[in-house]
Amino acid sequence: MLDIKGLRARVGAKEILRGIDLHIGAGEVHAIMGPNGSGKSTLAHVLSGRENYEVTGGSVTYLGNDLLAMSPEVRAREGVFLAFQYPVEIPGVSTTYFLKAALNAIRKHRGLEELDAMEFLTLIKDKMQLVEMDQVLTNRPLNEGFSGGEKKRNEILQMAVLDPTLALLDETDSGLDIDALRIVAGGVNALRREDRAMVVITHYQRLLDYIVPDFIHVLYDGRIVKSGTKELALELESKGYDWIKSAVALAH
Amino acid sequence: MITTDSKERYLAAYKQAQSHAPKRAPAWLNELREAGMASFDQLGFPTTRNEDWKYTNVERIAAQSFARANGEAKRVSAGEIVARSLIDPAAPRLVFVNGVYTPELSQTAMLERGVVVRSLVDFIKEDDGTAAARLGRYASGRHQPLVALNTEFLKDGAVVSLAAGCRAEQPIYLVFVSTAGSEPVVSHPRTLILLGAGSEAKIVESYLGLDGGGYFCNAVTELVGGPDSVIEHYRLQQESDTGFHVGSLEANLERGCHLTAHAVSLSGALVRNNVRITLNGEGSACVLNGLYLADGKQHIDNFTEIEHLKPRASSLELYKGILSGSAHGVFNGKIVVHKDAQKTDARQTNKNLLLSADAVVNTKPQLEIYADDVKCSHGSTIGQMDSDALFYLRSRGLGIEEARSLLSFAFASDVVGRIKIDFLRARLDEYLVARFGRK
Repeated sequence: MLDIKGLRARVGAKEILRGIDLHIGAGEVHAIMGPNGSGKSTLAHVLSGRENYEVTGGSVTYLGNDLLAMSPEVRAREGVFLAFQYPVEIPGVSTTYFLKAALNAIRKHRGLEELDAMEFLTLIKDKMQLVEMDQVLTNRPLNEGFSGGEKKRNEILQMAVLDPTLALLDETDSGLDIDALRIVAGGVNALRREDRAMVVITHYQRLLDYIVPDFIHVLYDGRIVKSGTKELALELESKGYDWIKSAVALAH
Repeated sequence: MITTDSKERYLAAYKQAQSHAPKRAPAWLNELREAGMASFDQLGFPTTRNEDWKYTNVERIAAQSFARANGEAKRVSAGEIVARSLIDPAAPRLVFVNGVYTPELSQTAMLERGVVVRSLVDFIKEDDGTAAARLGRYASGRHQPLVALNTEFLKDGAVVSLAAGCRAEQPIYLVFVSTAGSEPVVSHPRTLILLGAGSEAKIVESYLGLDGGGYFCNAVTELVGGPDSVIEHYRLQQESDTGFHVGSLEANLERGCHLTAHAVSLSGALVRNNVRITLNGEGSACVLNGLYLADGKQHIDNFTEIEHLKPRASSLELYKGILSGSAHGVFNGKIVVHKDAQKTDARQTNKNLLLSADAVVNTKPQLEIYADDVKCSHGSTIGQMDSDALFYLRSRGLGIEEARSLLSFAFASDVVGRIKIDFLRARLDEYLVARFGRK
């Protein structure tokens, strides 16, 4: 589904991704771990088309197409979804209104009929149960005054409604207490599907107790330095990131 | 130079008007006009050397000669006014075309008891005493050249008067239409709003430009809020792209009076809104709610001035502007807290969204505080569209234009949300969706 080859990207003069190679197949859940500043969030943003990052090398092929040539909105319409680490607050636009506009933009792109207000309401109500969200919240301005947990649940709600093919979850666990984490992870697990891939980016092993990945990659200094299965997370948990850092230093 | 020329031109027009005027005009009215003439002759059009006009150059208005409008109303239809403005076709209204009352476009049959709505000409005929006592008392031309000019040519306009305790449910619309004639025209509509003790009213002044010709609308409204009266006052500006507009609202609020003054400016070549509110009674309160949109080469200036004269009065002001093209926006927020106005609570916010590199905003808070036990705050922002928000929306599938449009709409939403006339709020929402959508 997604083929990343030798991907390099920078912000200003600073090179953050220094040659990423990654293959993700349909139905797989990959976790990307790594210490702060290793390039995890940059990878997520580059994949979703954030303009502050300049891609300086490599390629990304998504469902056979050049992902990097697409605008952020086209990527979204083609099925790429990014759950933000810091969801943006937008006063004056309700989640319901915004999400209906987004879904219809995606449906239009795919040649599907746009949903009317009633059809959309039925859909969103159904998806809200998944993340235990109240309608009061979705009628309020998007993320404005939401708690950390509410914002993250709102991200997963959006994911459920927009029904992506490739979901990128950027530090979805940050700022969540254990109850919120359980709800969010439960929502994500319910959305696992054979034709959908997920990339879970996290600093901590904790999230992976709830969302069990098929593969784990350790990102350090802009490169994937170690890949493995879920046992790798436990090893990281017990040895810490210093273990990776010194291994990399040794290899040089 | 232009100022001198224009002064002479208006003086000549005044003399001509007076010589043709029927001798029936009451003496007090002639005196009022004479005083306006004398003030304008002394002040002339303001220049940018005048601190209050620092960012707004009215030379374009001063340099042009305008014919006095004669009320050629035949080409205007009620249907066109309703379609082009935001007014409720079912509500009572007075319509003025180029400053002249036009009964055939107006509707007053459904007015509630205790509510008087008249053209100024008719009102003076019926109640000379009230008009003589009130007109020119709140809007003084002594320091304000455009108020002086309006007074010099004071002739027609609207009067809305509510008896004590009268609560009008229906909004009252005053529609001032400017149409292009064979030559540019000027009108000086004068409106008087009198609210008796404990009365409640919603009054909408709608300024509408039809056709593409040049004109100058120089409107003055005097508003007196009696004790404990509650007023929602709206000024909707939809002047044409070649229209000049200077509008002044001069409000005097007595004890416990609560005024919400909305100013929504949607178009016009050069627009200046003066809002001067005198909190002249204990516990009086005003809320100022402004939205201004400008694009192309439009210039829109909101000059607000709140005088806190008495204790325990409050003022809450929020003005928001969205500017694109090479438009120029100006906001001036003056608050004066006089020495007796203890326990004053005054808050002011101005926020501007610039959608293009060439759009300009000047924002200036001006606080003068002579009392010691007060709460005063002000803040202003000028910013571009939030790139994080834009990316967030695009990452969900919204196209860049749709995302921009949604964020512009969102920016205006809190100001729009304060509009309490449901019909008007819905119409403005529709207007904004269409306007932002087409960009």
